[in-house]
Amino acid sequence: MLVEILSWFCFLAGSFLCISGSVGILRLPDFFSRLHASSVTETLATPLLLTGVMLQTDWSLDTLKLMMVGLFVLFTNPTATHAMVKAALHDGQTPLEFDEPIDHQNEDHEAAEEESSTS
Amino acid sequence: MYYLILTLPLGLFWVLLSGHFSGLLLGLGAASVLLVIWFLRRMDSVDGEGSFVRISFGLAGYLFWLAWTIIKANIDVVQRIWAPEMPISPNWTRIETSITTPLKKTLYANSVTITPGTLTTGAREDHLMVHCLSKENALELSQGEMEARIRKLVL
Repeated sequence: MLVEILSWFCFLAGSFLCISGSVGILRLPDFFSRLHASSVTETLATPLLLTGVMLQTDWSLDTLKLMMVGLFVLFTNPTATHAMVKAALHDGQTPLEFDEPIDHQNEDHEAAEEESSTS
Repeated sequence: MYYLILTLPLGLFWVLLSGHFSGLLLGLGAASVLLVIWFLRRMDSVDGEGSFVRISFGLAGYLFWLAWTIIKANIDVVQRIWAPEMPISPNWTRIETSITTPLKKTLYANSVTITPGTLTTGAREDHLMVHCLSKENALELSQGEMEARIRKLVL
């Protein structure tokens, strides 16, 4: 019973983090900050989902295999991220930098003003 | 000798992935282990830079600390993602480091990358270039707790 609750907690938390990662990829402004969102899904969501599955299966070879899957995902995350960053920098992309948190309302306002002034 | 010791983890890994113990499959497993060892020998004659990590309590302790840091960083990033005003301040920072050994520097750069909110874009002699999602991330990193922990490790 306790195991059941724990495993469902892992599933729900993992799913929430997966959705958060996707929302982050949509909301964040540039390539480099989006990578931070994608690392949320890789570093916490995947291990949580795998732990949930591990708790559902009986202790067997499959449990060890699931652990291996988790380990490999964790090992690949920095490697893949590094490759993507290298490619982006090589392509001449540079990260956006802000000193202040961005003010979305203001931004929209300015965009609207620009539009009205050009028309 | 080195290759002889390597057959052990490779064999264990094969058994773990297959889970079958019939003669034919064990034979195929042994053949694939030997094939991998042969590849490794050929690659070592080109590269010859294999480095060993001494597994110790210190390393285990560091990994647990890293896991905890990753969980905290995840919560922070998720909060920033969901907050309606999205309080992020992306910045590209130079982080000075006095770590010189290649193995420790690799560990440092990868630990930074695997933590959500910070990501290494390049490593040089005396500094790392790190992209941070917010000023707080950059500040925390420049205080150097992670670096101090890695410097203390005996690898």
